[in-house]
Amino acid sequence: MEAPIRATGILGFTLFSLLFFVCRSSPLHNLFISNAERRIDVTSHIVKVYLTLKVENAGTTPTSEVLLAFPPTQVDHLATVEALVTKGKRKKTTLVRLDVKPTELPDAPNGAKYFTIYLANPLNSGESTTLEVLYLFTHSLEPFPAEIGQSESQLVHYRDSALILSPYHIKQQTTFIKTPSTKVESFTRVEPTNRAGTEIKYGPYEDRPPYSFSPILVHFENNSPFPVVEELVREVEISHWGNLQVTEQYTLVHGGARHKGVFSRVDYQSRPTLSGASSLQHLLARLPPRVHSVYYRDEIGNISSSHLRTDSRKSELEIEPRYPLFGGWKATFVIGYGLPLQDFLFESSDDRRYLNFTFGCPLLETVVDKLTVKVVLPEGSKDPSAVVPFPVDQHLETKYSYLDVVGRTVVVMEKKNLVPVQNSHFQVYYTFKPIFMLAEPLMLASAFFLFFVACVAYLHIDLSIRK
Amino acid sequence: MAAPETSTAAVPTLYTNNTLRNAFGGVLSFFILLLIGVMAFSIRLFSVIKYESVIHEFDPYFNYRVTQFLAKNGIYEFWNWFDDRTWYPLGRVIGGTVYPGLTLTAGTIWWLLNSLNIPLSVETVCVFTAPIFSAFASWATFLLTKEVKGTGAGLTAAALLAMVPSYISRSVAGSYDNEAVAIFALIFTFYLYIKTLNTGSLFYATLNSIAYFYMVCSWGGYTFIINLIPMHVLLCIVTGRFSSRLYIAYAPLVVLGTLLAALVPVVGFNAVMTSEHFASFLVFIILHVVAFVYYIKGILSPKMFKVAVTLVVSVGLAVCCAVIAVLIALVASSPTKGWSGRSLSLLDPTYASKYIPIIASVSEHQPPTWPSYFMDINVLAFLVPAGIIACFSPLSDSSSFVVLYIATSVYFSGVMVRLMLVFAPAACITSGIALSQSFDVFTRSIKFQLPGISSSMEVDAVETSSATAEAQNDAVKTEKSEETSKNRPSKKSKKKEKEKEEKPSTKAKAEKRLLALPLDSSVIFLLLLILLGAFYVVHCVWAAAEAYSAPSIVLTSRSHDGLHVFDDFREAYGWLRHNTDVDDKVASWWDYGYQTTAMANRTVIVDNNTWNNTHIATVGTAMSSPEKAAWEIFHSLDVKYVLVVFGGLVGYPSDDINKFLWMVRIGGGVFPHIKEPDYLRDGQYRIDSQATPTMLNCLMYKLSYYRFVETDGKGFDRVRQTEIGKKYFKLTHFEEVFTTHHWMVRIYKLKPPKNRIRGKTKKSKSKTSSASSRGKRSGTGKKNPWQ
Repeated sequence: MEAPIRATGILGFTLFSLLFFVCRSSPLHNLFISNAERRIDVTSHIVKVYLTLKVENAGTTPTSEVLLAFPPTQVDHLATVEALVTKGKRKKTTLVRLDVKPTELPDAPNGAKYFTIYLANPLNSGESTTLEVLYLFTHSLEPFPAEIGQSESQLVHYRDSALILSPYHIKQQTTFIKTPSTKVESFTRVEPTNRAGTEIKYGPYEDRPPYSFSPILVHFENNSPFPVVEELVREVEISHWGNLQVTEQYTLVHGGARHKGVFSRVDYQSRPTLSGASSLQHLLARLPPRVHSVYYRDEIGNISSSHLRTDSRKSELEIEPRYPLFGGWKATFVIGYGLPLQDFLFESSDDRRYLNFTFGCPLLETVVDKLTVKVVLPEGSKDPSAVVPFPVDQHLETKYSYLDVVGRTVVVMEKKNLVPVQNSHFQVYYTFKPIFMLAEPLMLASAFFLFFVACVAYLHIDLSIRK
Repeated sequence: MAAPETSTAAVPTLYTNNTLRNAFGGVLSFFILLLIGVMAFSIRLFSVIKYESVIHEFDPYFNYRVTQFLAKNGIYEFWNWFDDRTWYPLGRVIGGTVYPGLTLTAGTIWWLLNSLNIPLSVETVCVFTAPIFSAFASWATFLLTKEVKGTGAGLTAAALLAMVPSYISRSVAGSYDNEAVAIFALIFTFYLYIKTLNTGSLFYATLNSIAYFYMVCSWGGYTFIINLIPMHVLLCIVTGRFSSRLYIAYAPLVVLGTLLAALVPVVGFNAVMTSEHFASFLVFIILHVVAFVYYIKGILSPKMFKVAVTLVVSVGLAVCCAVIAVLIALVASSPTKGWSGRSLSLLDPTYASKYIPIIASVSEHQPPTWPSYFMDINVLAFLVPAGIIACFSPLSDSSSFVVLYIATSVYFSGVMVRLMLVFAPAACITSGIALSQSFDVFTRSIKFQLPGISSSMEVDAVETSSATAEAQNDAVKTEKSEETSKNRPSKKSKKKEKEKEEKPSTKAKAEKRLLALPLDSSVIFLLLLILLGAFYVVHCVWAAAEAYSAPSIVLTSRSHDGLHVFDDFREAYGWLRHNTDVDDKVASWWDYGYQTTAMANRTVIVDNNTWNNTHIATVGTAMSSPEKAAWEIFHSLDVKYVLVVFGGLVGYPSDDINKFLWMVRIGGGVFPHIKEPDYLRDGQYRIDSQATPTMLNCLMYKLSYYRFVETDGKGFDRVRQTEIGKKYFKLTHFEEVFTTHHWMVRIYKLKPPKNRIRGKTKKSKSKTSSASSRGKRSGTGKKNPWQ
């Protein structure tokens, strides 16, 4: 029970820093937030937070940067931050995506981390704008009790602050927490707080100074399985003969409350709703359309429990692990499929080729702790460069595949803590001369030719010592 | 056989005609062989197409695991590999106790492919090793039969072997077992022996020793070779067919072969120490004596020779008696008379069931039934006698070998169903000879009676040219052997006889014309033969597709709503692999040992390499003991999980309850407090309400049927077709941790030992004693073997 202590620590420090910051003036305080509404969705194991901020510039100079602050404990679990701004009036509103980048501030209180939203148009003094911010947390629902039996339902803790942590003054704010069911064991009250159905409402709170913090703890039932891919290696192999082969190696774990004691198949089969309610029974993978030669196996052979549905827009692969995964149970498997190359490989204007492919994990509602994407370029391709919409670790490798001589260049990209929302596309550019496609067939042909020549020679040369 | 009309008239045209025909026949037989290889490979792929590319059954999983180790760690690590994952806490020296041929073969193939940058996995290579080697085996059969009876017989025999069900059963894709390469090695060794015997070439003799070495590496069945070849040599000597070629064929094999065999760690000094090999040494001595006698006979005058014979015989007899006495004393001093249990059960079929229940418990060590002969070799069973007759006309060294081979292998296959595999090639060779000879006879009679089509008969040159090819072979042979053996008058005369038979073809042909059968009957017989062959092909394809392709770790059943897959074994092994600690020990009956180590990567107590009877008996005892005693045994073995296979829910017949009597027998063989009659009611094995209390309280019963009654309310066992005897009970020392989807594998965890609480000891003691009073009673005076 370390977390509550940490939370109170944060509380203490924030109170202290609060006093500290009130007496200090900062250029940040040119902005203030006139209205903030936060909706926290904890129905699945990925916590989705929709934050609507109405930002006003009370200062004298125009500014184009808005800061978001997160406590350090949340930043570790933060998977993605996106910000949108509404453009246009009334009916013709369109949403425009804004740049969001992590920022370091030298005087951050208690290790708070910041993200800067770069506005498209600078906010002049006296003007206001409405920002829609979405951010996702992974591993933020802590099972409590940490171990449950087969027939018990899974209860989790969610920790946050009733007040939005912000470097700005917030005039009015409300927070809603949406739970998966009405079964809520307890929740911290920070008046005014009320609960209606599956929603807990904190607020409205008026006129809170910057860095206000008020820790809350919600203890509720969440019986959805917590599929977590501890490690995923996606290998995309380009063959210029017209095929794109994708191989994905998963290490899957149920990240919910650990299973304790007995697993009884009788109970599991006869009372599926009561017993093993939070067990992970199947997963859905959304694959590109026109997928072919799909396989689903692990190190000991094919896993027969899968279904593939294809239509013209998408393919859906429903897979079941070999056994239902209870909390803490693991499974590894491999999904592989082929795709027509023309859907993904294009020629850019400067005579280079580029692959356009999705970055993330095709499994829905799944958190990936560590993702490695490997793009295996055809033998003989040069100058690879990758364009990824978010920061990743990159390096190059060489792989030897069917009858390679010089080896294939592999672009390796690594990213940690990934959620399905981030399944955006990335591009890998490279140059390739089509003559290299013929290298291997020619090599084979010449090898056979030499073999036959050797045979003919052997048959025509008399090697015997005696005449 | 188109030659006879023109042979006397125009010799030069005949010559050119013949070379052309030979070239044509050579190319044709090359392509036929190629197709036979393709067929041998592809008929074994039903398992991959119908199921998946996966390793089958039990032993192949061990071989697969060893190959994986070899591919990962290299050959030196492999020889020194001490495996601590099996036979806990004893472990097993894998490098020294395994026949490495198969593993090294697959490992080499894998290494070769990977160094050519063809990234096949070890599993893929292992799966396809057996089909590849069956193609090789059919080519070896061609070579062997060609040496015996010519090309036509060779091709027929190769085609028959490529699809003989008996061999398919052990070499479908995925059946990665020693036999897969051993049959090829066996046939190839025999071929090289015959080849050496026919040519007298030391080159082939050396190759023969190397082939024998490969066979020794691959399979324990090499003792068959090292006993069969001496038998044949002895037969040749006794029938007065001794020649220098025989000497060259045999002596290097024994010397080189034994030296090479001793290099294989698992054989080692057994190559000279055990009785299985003594026959070869005895014949080796006899051969030398005979050779010496022939030599002396050659240099002495007949009179002197007689004197020498009397001298030598008297001295030699004395020496022989002394040597034999020493040998017998040596052999008699060992308890099993120097024979291993399996070999003894070959000589005395009732031996195993009397003394070694472990050998008797394996289904493939049982004697076969008549239907299994028909299933495994089908129409060959009818062709074999005809083939044997064909071998006798004329009887040569090589055909006498085939006769001897088939006679011995028929006996062995009658003792052990597993050795049907050795019998199958012999059956294919003799049937190939029979088929080809009868085709020969019928087509010749047809041709004789239809002289007009003789020119168009070239089309079926393969079948008909066999006789000519053979004649030419013999001609070549005689030329060669005349050079090599000039000092052998008796042999020369024999050769001359042969030449008399073969060479003056006109005479022979004149005779053959007289032997021609009536046209209509020969046509009918030909059609019948083709029908017979077609029947064989249909049967083989059926056997390959339906009977022998199931990998046995995945089961399927067809019902009205489509195909249903039972993948419970891998479900359980997968669960063990990912959700137990890496050092946990899993106890199960030994059948599942190899699979558990290979698929679940967990340490097992016993496995399919049944080398330690006591250890297996301990597990058997635990399974047949009541819960508390079993817990104590398992706990002392550091076991954490117990795995049982239970087929009662879905009707899977080869489950642990059906194997249970063997556990009792093997356990009782070492620990006498386990008595088989305690588990039988009036001599009947039953698990219903009439079962004995010992049966209903033993661990195996409890683990199999724990909470089984809750599935249907009655506890109806679909394998035994009865309601179970004891329906509601609780487990006190074990807890269920996993049961697969169809209940076929159930895994239990040993409960941790209870804490001793000072005040409560008395109470808990009385409780446990009352709970397991029955168990105590049955186990009075027993001792836990591991304490």
